[in-house]
Amino acid sequence: MARIEINHLTKQFGSLTALDSVALQLEKGQIVGLLGPNGSGKTTLLKIMNGLLTPTAGSVKINGMDPGVETKKVVAYLPDRNALPDYMNTKQLMDLYEDFFVDFNRSKAVKMVKDLGLDINQPMKKMSKGTKEKLQLCLVMARDAQVYLLDEPIGGVDPATRDYILRTIISNYNEDAVVIISTHLISDIESVLDDVVFLKEGRVVLHKQAEEIREETGESVDKLFREVFRC
Amino acid sequence: MEWNFKNGVPIYSQIIDELTMRIASGAYSPGEKLPSVRDLAMDAGVNPNTMQRALAELERRELVFSERTSGRFVTKEEKVLKGLHEELAKRYFEEFANKLRKIGMTGEEITGAVKRWLEDIQA
Repeated sequence: MARIEINHLTKQFGSLTALDSVALQLEKGQIVGLLGPNGSGKTTLLKIMNGLLTPTAGSVKINGMDPGVETKKVVAYLPDRNALPDYMNTKQLMDLYEDFFVDFNRSKAVKMVKDLGLDINQPMKKMSKGTKEKLQLCLVMARDAQVYLLDEPIGGVDPATRDYILRTIISNYNEDAVVIISTHLISDIESVLDDVVFLKEGRVVLHKQAEEIREETGESVDKLFREVFRC
Repeated sequence: MEWNFKNGVPIYSQIIDELTMRIASGAYSPGEKLPSVRDLAMDAGVNPNTMQRALAELERRELVFSERTSGRFVTKEEKVLKGLHEELAKRYFEEFANKLRKIGMTGEEITGAVKRWLEDIQA
């Protein structure tokens, strides 16, 4: 059984079709890039996988289950905007995560927070935009989860932090987990990806191994993306 | 040691080339234990499965060998290392000769130029 199975998944917001009959099977042990231009449905797809939105039609199965309480125990989700109470400081947020998630690995979180130079007593609302993002990522990546859903994890941070985040994703790599990274900063992450999924107007237009793309086209994933999505 | 990847070339083959160079140049010495797949992947900033695949290929080429519990090591076989040097030399000569042929030099002229160059650097 694939770790994640998506069948005929459609999501409509009124007359807008955000996802149009998406089918995907993602196996464990993979780092997958969910790539598409703005408005292609990346965030909607991740939200459905995390049970924050319900499908209009079709299904998402994680370990064979619909997204819900059981799947949230094994899914670590980094939303596209802050969803944490921002009056709390880093220490309090680690407590919160520890209470909510049995797979939260506190020592991992402490190490990352230290590596990134975050002040453990600073309330989140006083942090810069980039620092907030770093903190959220630390909390999510510190879980020993089976599925990581990362919505634009590198969008708002500086290049040095980007490198750190990518190294964190690699060092966290685990044969039992699947990591899905949505982004449009492809050249920064493409060397880390096993599989690449291109979303265009709510449809999967390509699902291939990144290495296969380089081999067959002699192009980087970034270059192929620019061709597929030329405006 | 730096890793630099070119766009549009499979990372797998670039890793093989880089590690082969490190072994040939003695940056990794014969019999030395290699870092773990995860550490190598982190260092290079690449997918661990890709690194694993590259190492498996180096193993198939007998440049590295693995010991069940203790990890991967650089070959100690002098024959293999010598073969590797010859293979690399051939590849570089090919590249170099192709470039010189492109500007119209004959085999004889290339040999003459190499001889003169060797004499020059020895002088």
